[in-house]
Amino acid sequence: MTALSYFFVFLFYAATAVFVIGVARKIMQYARTPAPLKIPTTPAPVTQTGVVFRMAREVVLFSSLFKSNKWTWVFGWMFHFALLLAFVRHLRYAISSDNILWPLINNSLVLAAGQYGALAMLLGLTGLFGRRIFVDRVRYISAPSDYLMLILIFAIATTGAMMSFVTHTDIVQLKSFVLGLIWFNWQPLPNDGLLITHLALVALLMLIFPISKLLHAPGLFFSPTRNQVDNPREKRHISPWGQAIDDAEAKAKA
Amino acid sequence: MADFEVPELQEIPVIPKLKEGAMAHSSPFISKEQFQIPLGYPGELVENWEEKVYEKMDDLRKRYRSFQVYLDACVKCGACTDKCHYYLGTSDPKNMPVARQDLLRKVYRGKFTAAGKFWTKLGMPWMVGAAEMTKELLDEWYSYFHQCSQCRRCSVYCPYGIDTAEISMAAREIMDSVGVGQKYCNEIIGKVFKIGNNLGLPQPALVDTLEGLEEEVQEDTGVAVKFPLDVKGADILLVTPSADFFAEPHVDGLIGYAKVFHETGASWTMSSHASEAGNFGMFIGSYENMRRVSRRIREAAIELGVKRIVFGECGHAWRIAYSFLNTLAGPWDFLDPNYPVPQHICEYTYDAIQAGKLKFDKSQNDWRTMTFHDSCNVARASRMGPKPGGQFEIPRAVIKAVCNNFHDMPAETIGEATFCCGGGGGLLTDDLMEIRVKGAKPRAEALKSVVEEQGVTHMAAICAICKSQFTKVLPYYGFTMDQIVSVHQLVGDAIVLTKSDSDE
Ligand code: SF4
Ligand code: SF4
Repeated sequence: MTALSYFFVFLFYAATAVFVIGVARKIMQYARTPAPLKIPTTPAPVTQTGVVFRMAREVVLFSSLFKSNKWTWVFGWMFHFALLLAFVRHLRYAISSDNILWPLINNSLVLAAGQYGALAMLLGLTGLFGRRIFVDRVRYISAPSDYLMLILIFAIATTGAMMSFVTHTDIVQLKSFVLGLIWFNWQPLPNDGLLITHLALVALLMLIFPISKLLHAPGLFFSPTRNQVDNPREKRHISPWGQAIDDAEAKAKA
Repeated sequence: MADFEVPELQEIPVIPKLKEGAMAHSSPFISKEQFQIPLGYPGELVENWEEKVYEKMDDLRKRYRSFQVYLDACVKCGACTDKCHYYLGTSDPKNMPVARQDLLRKVYRGKFTAAGKFWTKLGMPWMVGAAEMTKELLDEWYSYFHQCSQCRRCSVYCPYGIDTAEISMAAREIMDSVGVGQKYCNEIIGKVFKIGNNLGLPQPALVDTLEGLEEEVQEDTGVAVKFPLDVKGADILLVTPSADFFAEPHVDGLIGYAKVFHETGASWTMSSHASEAGNFGMFIGSYENMRRVSRRIREAAIELGVKRIVFGECGHAWRIAYSFLNTLAGPWDFLDPNYPVPQHICEYTYDAIQAGKLKFDKSQNDWRTMTFHDSCNVARASRMGPKPGGQFEIPRAVIKAVCNNFHDMPAETIGEATFCCGGGGGLLTDDLMEIRVKGAKPRAEALKSVVEEQGVTHMAAICAICKSQFTKVLPYYGFTMDQIVSVHQLVGDAIVLTKSDSDE
């Protein structure tokens, strides 16, 4: 195994650790922080089941964004859906062919969707980038990191798409590298510049995920305006620190 | 008429191009020590205030999930940028919701995130939109967090539900905690603590006013409609904004409630201790002060021994009543469990109409063609009735039960998409006249369209702030102040009084 292969083994373990621990810590922080008041944006569902549906509409269809701006919705939704397709397509590198999921993953429809999804992804990203540059309001609120994030993902998508549309990498060796990572039986990485760039950028994305705006993904699930049930009159909502104020006052009076 | 340029109303509203710094000069009067101390805040900017700002920010992000999540989650997609009436009316980019949030978020990023700290160390905090706290920034906070009426329109359109109102409230709480408060809100909260209502009307003045109203209604109708105050053992406690006691058109609403109670034969009372439905504690983002104001209603309910609580027409008051009162002043287990606590006067009237208890002569309102302004806090932060969206249907159903002519304004300006009146969130003060006028532009445009196309003559509202704001600012756009009416004014004008004595 080359030094480069060892470096990538290390890089992926590190990136995975940062990603998993970082996001888990954030989720824990969100979950532990109390929501002292009922603040769903109304009209809001009056039952928990209703909230599940509201959340599903937001996650799957980006329904609030749809209400807001059709262009941002088209580009944003296209990008995210393509991301999902690409993710599914990539599973074939991580799942061995004797797995029961294999026929599902290795089916030509799924693979083609993943492949052409890359083009949709690039189109979506270009649209989002264009809005950032050309719409004065969006330009005003953009920091360099906002452009860099799009460029980073664009570069990942481009290198990936090139490997499936232009030059092909040794996917058998790549698969043994990935399975080697998973089973701690390290194997050499194909020596392919495109692939190495692609993987390095993916690792970078994982590393910055927990300290960037990519936290919108877990954040959505914890957004009180979207995840609260509209039932304040029926059920008393009180936070631990709100209760402590009540208790202290009751004690002072007694 | 104004020492600023009143925007021209457009037929088809357009999203304005940015005009940087257009409203940078707008700031409300700063609160003095005498208004700060009673609320538990320092009287002037404290020493070492930068540190204190960071400390308070840290405290709030640990106590409010909304604050923590919203500071992290924004992706700068721009979906909210054209949704704020203050941006639409002023073109100032810092009135775009996300830009308003960023005034605070950049400090959070610089101080509390790894990326922000990293780039700050390299001397390039702007790479990730981070910044340190400076006096200039504090002044900008003071200016632009008082150009947000906390109307939540932005939160409807944000893919993550980010509510700029939550950020504005936190910012105001942070500023108060270092001694920079807003005079208008803090002085008023002090009055509630001392006297019981925002206007500082003491009990004898209330008695006087209510007696005057009884005489007026008696003269008008020949029926002795009562306006009871501090009656022990009454069934219903009515909590209403103090503007209802004398401001126009608010007081006509109060007369309407009294007539409805009279006709339903209800035993009801108001309270001088809780003579205010409004609660500016929310505007300054202070749970503690909001709670203290709310507890007065609990105290009054216990003292008077009532069975139900009904709220008069007021937007933010209804948000606090509906969404927070159970939290802040509950549990309400000592009240009649057959009714929600609290109820809105529109719910009460609607139920009475459904039960056939009220008779109307709709022709009394025929000289008016009505439209209805959904108040922001009612629309996006509360409900009426059992079903989501009842807050839109019930007031309209009440209006339609008493008026023959009704037309809604364009769909994208009502319901959950409603535009704030421009005076909410603690902005209803003369020192903020310019932002109030400009913020009312989107509503004025929508109103103009139905005035011209459907012949609408009047706009009804169920909020004391909306009513005061519109009577003051709509004249800048060529409307007259009496075109704004209370919903229960329409009810009161059409109701047929059948019971001759409310004590029967
Ligand atoms: S809450 Fe309302 S006033 Fe404040 S930024 Fe959002 S839209 Fe504007
Ligand atoms: S819509 Fe939400 S995520 Fe998008 S810029 Fe505005 S606050 Fe940020």
